[in-house]
Amino acid sequence: MRVSVQLFARLRELAGRADLECDVPAGSAIQDVWRAVAESHPALGAYGSSVSCARNEDFARMSAPVGEGDVIAFLPPVSGGARGWS
Amino acid sequence: VPLADLSIAHEPLGVERVVAELERAAQREGEGCGGVCTFVGVVRATHKGRRVRHLEYEAFEPLALKAFARIREEIDGQWPGTLVAIHHRVGRLAVGDASVVIAAASAHRAAAFQVCRYAIERVKQIAPVWKHEFFDDGDAWVEGATADVDDADARRRALDVACA
Repeated sequence: MRVSVQLFARLRELAGRADLECDVPAGSAIQDVWRAVAESHPALGAYGSSVSCARNEDFARMSAPVGEGDVIAFLPPVSGGARGWS
Repeated sequence: VPLADLSIAHEPLGVERVVAELERAAQREGEGCGGVCTFVGVVRATHKGRRVRHLEYEAFEPLALKAFARIREEIDGQWPGTLVAIHHRVGRLAVGDASVVIAAASAHRAAAFQVCRYAIERVKQIAPVWKHEFFDDGDAWVEGATADVDDADARRRALDVACA
């Protein structure tokens, strides 16, 4: 199953790109997409559970399921956020 | 051109326009407009002792607008009859430039102050907008903690600060 991934701010800089495609098994959740992205871009690994996410331009939980063709955005912490997701 | 009351702005923000727009809207509602409270976030010349040369703000625009709309809904639930405008600049900003303008209008001043404070606290907590600071000797992204729109504790903290 293929999804599109968008990276913002420092995540984009560390990965060296704003957009990528990612293949994950059917039944995957957003956190599985993140793991795959962090694996292919080790510089992102340090973010661990401090990223948040959106699916198709709407706020989503990392545990939410993904579907074929979804656009998943990963967001580094904002200036005055709260706690991590795990 | 009338301003939308929520925006990500690529051009300089004008407080007077925002206020005039909001005041006009508030006059049409309920008891009318008795006060407008504004907050203007301004690019500071220093950060932790380092001299700031300029800033760059980046937003995930569609989601930022949804975050602003969410904040407006929260305000509508907590302070019925008040109005709020939220505008955040993106792109390159110089020291002294306005990065964010918030205006809150209400029939009575107490609610206007509370709404204005609540709105800026929530913007800082949940809006997908990132600040990149450039110094004479390097640069740094400003990152606090994870944005979570559903975090009830964060919302309560913003409410406590607004109503203190």
